[in-house]
This record gives sequence, structure tokens and C-alpha cells, in this order.
Amino acid sequence: MNANNEVLLRVEDLKMHFPIYRGVFQRQVGAVRAVDGVTFDVYRGETLGLVGESGCGKSTTGRTILQLYKPTAGNVYFEGKNLVKLKGEEMRQMRRKMQMIFQDPYASLNPRMTVGQLVGEPLMVHNVASGAEIAERVAHLLELVNLNPAFASRYPHEFSGGQRQRIGVARALALNPSFIICDEPISALDVSIQAQVVNLLEDLQEQFNLTYLFIAHDLSMVRHISKRVAVMYLGVFVELADRDELYANPLHPYTQALLSAVPIPDPIADAKRKRTILEGDVPSPANPPSGCRFRTRCPIAQPQCAESRPEFREIQPGHFVACHLVN
Amino acid sequence: MPDTILDVQGLETVFKTPDGTIHAVNGVSFNLKEGETLGVVGESGCGKSVTMLSVLGLIPNPPGKVIAGSAKFAGRDLLKMSNDEIRQVRGAQISMIFQDPMTSLNPVLTIGRQLEEPLMLHLGMSKKQASERAAELLSMVGIPNAKERLKDYPHQYSGGMRQRVMIAMALSCSPQILIADEPTTALDVTIQAQIMDLVKRLRQELGMAVIWITHDLGVVAGLAQRVIVMYGGFIIEEAQVHELYANPTHPYTIGLLGSLPRLDAKERTRLYSIEGLPPVLYQKPNACPFAPRCKWAMERCWKENPALEPVAPEHRVACWVDTKTGRPRS
Repeated sequence: MNANNEVLLRVEDLKMHFPIYRGVFQRQVGAVRAVDGVTFDVYRGETLGLVGESGCGKSTTGRTILQLYKPTAGNVYFEGKNLVKLKGEEMRQMRRKMQMIFQDPYASLNPRMTVGQLVGEPLMVHNVASGAEIAERVAHLLELVNLNPAFASRYPHEFSGGQRQRIGVARALALNPSFIICDEPISALDVSIQAQVVNLLEDLQEQFNLTYLFIAHDLSMVRHISKRVAVMYLGVFVELADRDELYANPLHPYTQALLSAVPIPDPIADAKRKRTILEGDVPSPANPPSGCRFRTRCPIAQPQCAESRPEFREIQPGHFVACHLVN
Repeated sequence: MPDTILDVQGLETVFKTPDGTIHAVNGVSFNLKEGETLGVVGESGCGKSVTMLSVLGLIPNPPGKVIAGSAKFAGRDLLKMSNDEIRQVRGAQISMIFQDPMTSLNPVLTIGRQLEEPLMLHLGMSKKQASERAAELLSMVGIPNAKERLKDYPHQYSGGMRQRVMIAMALSCSPQILIADEPTTALDVTIQAQIMDLVKRLRQELGMAVIWITHDLGVVAGLAQRVIVMYGGFIIEEAQVHELYANPTHPYTIGLLGSLPRLDAKERTRLYSIEGLPPVLYQKPNACPFAPRCKWAMERCWKENPALEPVAPEHRVACWVDTKTGRPRS
């Protein structure tokens, strides 16, 4: 993996609030604070893992970075350009370099288009190829993801989940992007198929020096694929560190609880572990707790946690954490 | 040695579809001991859910049909019972919880009404008794302020709480067997840990046997005493939990364990991936169903389907190859 420190993507205090409207006049009565101020860098050639439970805002973070939602506040710099300020043709040009792979390979491919059309569509939309050139590129892309180029004339329903996800990967690769957001790309797949797709993503990363933001809830898989890992809870980052550091030395109580909840496929190792079982559910992001977002479920919460929001600060070089009680 | 309470022999289930008959379960035999937790592991379409639904007579006919086998429970064959007879067993002595707690609950009835129904039906309680017992059950599964929450509707509960309600409902008549079909798959890991903890505690308190169906080998490791691995409608390996994880013997089990990244792994290695896809069985196979994906496959594997044979005490495997040496099993 590329170890240089060139920042490819810088996210600064990004916020995405979805308004809630009520009543006859549809007045705004509040907002779902899906993403509420996240700041981080992604380095060229690395995989940054983003984990958290459902509803914590990890997918929204990914989509807001790509400007699929218009952010409420904050900046996103990609190769030095602020995407939030870009418009029209300039933004369109940038989109070529940033792609996304979606969670559900059944819902993200148009059932009325052939595989060839699906994979060739980005080429057509961005006018980078035409006619026979497209067919050639499509065949090459299908080979890259280990699919038979002869499949180009078939429809998505003729493929299994794992094969469909490969089609999604080929489509994302069509424009030679440098950055791909993988939004739970393997959650919908069977265990034996997950490994196939993960290995493919790793091979492609090496071949094209791709940078991934890998969003998932499976902590074992994130540990496997990522160089650094960020943990999200209710719209904010609570911890970010190098993979080995985070898994060996988690500092935030939420990270600790999350890690202890992951089952290990080994009965002896599993029985030896100390488990922290969190009480209750994740609060609503429309009405998050004051101060630290995690305090309502935190096993070590103190009165100060309700008063002020903990800063996301660098405790050790490269290890960020947002908790009042960590020194 | 505890008594066997459920003994399934030679179970076969087929589904008629416009494209042909699908052989979903192809001669599955297993038993369940009193108070034991049995893990049933396999990928989607391997027949693990269909096996349990067949045992409880819950396969919709048509298109499905149980064509062979027996399932002895308390001296009687569940598969030979009439609809009325098996309805007395279902929910009372054997109960089942499903993967998606939202679609298993009726959205237009209150939680209380749904919890009271089996109590009045199976145990003949009055409305008042049932309502009191329902509140007890809800607090047993860890839902605070139970009496008030009985009046709520399913949408007012979170995913984890709905699954707790399903568990409360399943336990309402003190069943001897609880069948849990991927009950935590739709839930987050922290909620999954809560539910697993709850089932472990209730199992001890109530002394029931549990069959836990899942595709997650991690979940089974922490919960089950004995594990069955299924593939293509067959049981391909069966062992005590410690033995299975220390000594996986069938190529499919080895592959599954190898394809999982582990949280406690020492160093990063490439994941082992099983190439190809699970089969769709339009015919009852006369070869090993795993042969097309198996790196050990030899001539015999393509001609005869291996039966489950013991390889160690309480450890049975259906494979012609000794995966330790790569040579045919003698």
C-alpha cells in the first residue's frame, strides 16, 4: 500500500442536517442531524474504514462528500479544490475522479439495462468514448472484475449477488477514478462471496493505486481491509486511528464496547474475552443528547459529559478521540 | 447423557417451480438433546431454514412439499400430524423466532394484544390473566415500563426491542424447544450482543433447548454446544463446537472459516475465498454438491455423494477426501 502522505481528500467540519417539516404550512420544526461536524483527511492510496451502527450517519457522510446531498455546512477539498463551491461543468469533471459502490447490488443496477449498457453508461455520459470504443472498454472492465466479457449482453437478473456487485465495481471503475467510496459493498452478500469481492477490491487498489473510503458495520472486515479506521456515533466521529492502534488500544468507551460485541469465530477465544454490553438503543439524531452524544449509553459517563461536547483531538500522533475522560 | 427430545430422520423437502422441482432439503438427519443449544450454519439457500420450517409443518403447500422423513418429538411424528394437532405443538411446546422482527409482528395490533393471543389460545388464560402475564414476559426480556408499553404498536419499538418482543412471545408458553432463525442478522452488533446475552440467560433459567440458525460462524462460536454445517440441502459436517473450530474437516467448513477475517488476527493475510457459487438443485444430486467448488475434488466426488461418517468422537463429516492429507479417506 502506498505510504506517502499526500492528502487526497480533506473534510472540514462537514454537516448534513435534513429538515423536518410539520403541519399544514409545512413549517420546519427541526432537523435530523445525520452528520454533525466531521473533520478528517484521506491520504492517496490508502483505505480509510468508516464504521458505526445503522443510523449513525456513515452513508450520509459518504454521499455528502460526493455532493450527492448539498451539505448544510463545511468544506470538502478534493485534490485541493473545494467541492462545495464547484458548480456545473467543473463539478461534472470532478465527478469522474470520485465514484461510489453501493450496498445493494439488487437495487443499484437498472434491471432494464444490459450489463454492457450499465458499465458503458459512465463513458457515454462523460463523452470519453463512443461506439466500438465503448464496447472495447466494457469488455476490458468486465475482465478486470473477473467476469466473462461475453456477459455484456445479459441483464442483471441473470447474475448472482456477488456477480452483480462485480458489475457495480466495473461501473465505478469505468472512468479511471482515483477515489472510490464503498458503501457497505459486501453486507448483502454471503460469507463465501464476501471474501471474493474483498479480494477483488484489494487487487484493483494495488493495480490502479485507488483510494477507498470503506463504509461498513462489520468490524472484522474493516480491520482486514483498512489502513486507518474511523468510528462514528450519532453523526460525529468518536475515534480515528491507525488500524492496529485502534483495534489494540481503543480509547473511546464506544469503540471499546463495539469491539467487544463482535463475535469471534473461535469458541475458546470468544469465551476468554471481556464483554461490555451496552444498554439501550442509539438515541434519535433529531434530538441528540446534550454534550457528548454517547453519554446516555456510556458506562463511565460523568456529569461534565452532559455539559459540553468533547473535542475531537489528537491524543497521540495519528490517534484522534472525542472523549472528556481520555487523557 | 440427556434425553433426545427431537429426532429428525431422512427429511426431504422439494419446491415445485415453473423452472422445475427444486430439491431444497435432501435427506437431513439430526437430533436435539434436552437443554442443548444446536447451531445450524450455512449460506443462503443451503436449506437450513427450510429444514426447520418443514419440521414445524410451516412449508406452504403448494409449492413446497415434505416428501420423506420423520421428526419425532415426545414420541410422536410431527410430520404425520394433522393441522389441528401440530397447531397445539407450535407456539406451545416448540416455538420459533424469525429474522425480521418488523415483518413478523402485525403492525395494526398492539404489542399487548399479540402477546396475549398465544396465552389465551394455548394456556386457556382469561383476558386479565393473559394481560398480567404479558407484562411479566416483557419485563423478563428487559423492556422497561412493561405495563405501559403493552399498549404500544410495533412501530413504536426499535429493532432490538421488537426482537425482544418476538422472544417474549416465543417463550410465553414455556416451550421445550426454541428455534431461532437468524434472529440477530438484521440487528447492529451491540444489539446483537444484547439479544445473545438474553437468550443465554433465558436458556439457563428456563432449561429449554435452542436451535440457532445463522450464517455467522462467530455467533455460533459464542452460543452453541454442537454445530451442524449445511450445504446444498445436506448436512456436510457435524461436531461439538470446540472440535469444529479446532478441527474443521469438510473443505466447505475449512473455506468458510478461512474466508472470515478475525478481529483477533495477529497479522493481515489475504482472505481465503471459495470460488464459484452455491448450487441450485433442480435434481437430487448423485455427486458431492460441493465438488464444483472444492480444491480437493477427485474422481469419486463427481460420481457418488458421500454420507456422513464419523472421523472423531461426536464428529461426523460427509467427504470422500481426508483434508488433512489430501488423500481418499479409507
